[in-house]
Amino acid sequence: MSMIKPIFILLLFQLAGEALRAATHTQVPGPVIGMILLAAFYILRRREPSPALEHAADGLLSWLGLLFVPAGVGIVANIALIRSAWLPISVALIASTFITLITTAWIMHRFGNRASIPKEGR
Amino acid sequence: MTWPDLTQSLTPAVHAGLPLFAIVLTLGAYLLGVEMQKRLRNPLANPVLIAIVFIGITLRLLHLSYQDYFTGAQFIHFLLGPATVALAIPMVRALEHMRRGFWPLMSALLAGCILGIVSGYGLVRLFGGSQAVALSMAPKSLTTPIAIAVSASIGGIPSLSAVLAILGGILVAISIDPILNWLKINEPSARGLAAGTAGSGIGASRVIPQHTLSAAFAGVAIGANGILTAILAPILVPLLKHW
Repeated sequence: MSMIKPIFILLLFQLAGEALRAATHTQVPGPVIGMILLAAFYILRRREPSPALEHAADGLLSWLGLLFVPAGVGIVANIALIRSAWLPISVALIASTFITLITTAWIMHRFGNRASIPKEGR
Repeated sequence: MTWPDLTQSLTPAVHAGLPLFAIVLTLGAYLLGVEMQKRLRNPLANPVLIAIVFIGITLRLLHLSYQDYFTGAQFIHFLLGPATVALAIPMVRALEHMRRGFWPLMSALLAGCILGIVSGYGLVRLFGGSQAVALSMAPKSLTTPIAIAVSASIGGIPSLSAVLAILGGILVAISIDPILNWLKINEPSARGLAAGTAGSGIGASRVIPQHTLSAAFAGVAIGANGILTAILAPILVPLLKHW
């Protein structure tokens, strides 16, 4: 019983996200809009999510990798698309991904700390 | 009985219980991946990658199409929606942390977003790839549905962008620990934001179990990078084409 309410809330917000997406013709997927709506709901109402909802969310997220497997199987079956230009594609994919990863992490590392962690006494 | 005979004779049985077979196969392949990750302790032993390869080989041996597989696998795929919504929960938890570090967060996101588009496009062109391939590379860091939409709107090949988004996510899941350990970047906030910005959902799946802050920042990064790229790519692409 305690699982039904969290599942209802997550699906309700996903549905709201899908509805908003359809109404505004945006490119942002329904579940991403649902995520923003759910976060805004708790932030604006200054309320904590219930322990049951936290439990369900943590449970689903700990298996996030599994949930990408069905789409991954289908998409990697299309891997022949890469063959036409495998050299520029593999160089760009690897280098560009590393550039993005390192830049984002480094800026947070270099500037994020001071702003978000209380100063240490020395 | 030879191996092809064996798989031939198994095929009708598999077809009879197809949706269930696909679900059991997906769960089993992923659990196998998790087990191999524990045993091998090698970043290449990523559960998502292992599961995809294992299922791909199994389908081929049993003469099953992707449509056959998806009749069952769609039930697992469906959970991706509520799981994405669930990313809001760690975000709410980390709100205070994010408010205090708002500007570094925004700068890191913007830099990652712009560099991802520009370097993806530029490197394909530099190494002799066509305009269409370069445009398909531009949104590769995004979550697959946004990557497909952005690719279509800027003149890329949407199905190629989808492949690149999944491969890019797997690449992040495999490489994030070795790279950031080497650079000594250990904050869960930096790791989460980088995983979500560079590798969206699959990248995030690697860091989410590590810390609740990683999950929160990864969730913000997936949403924000998707929205930022959808806005910035159509502005940046005409400039890139000139250059």
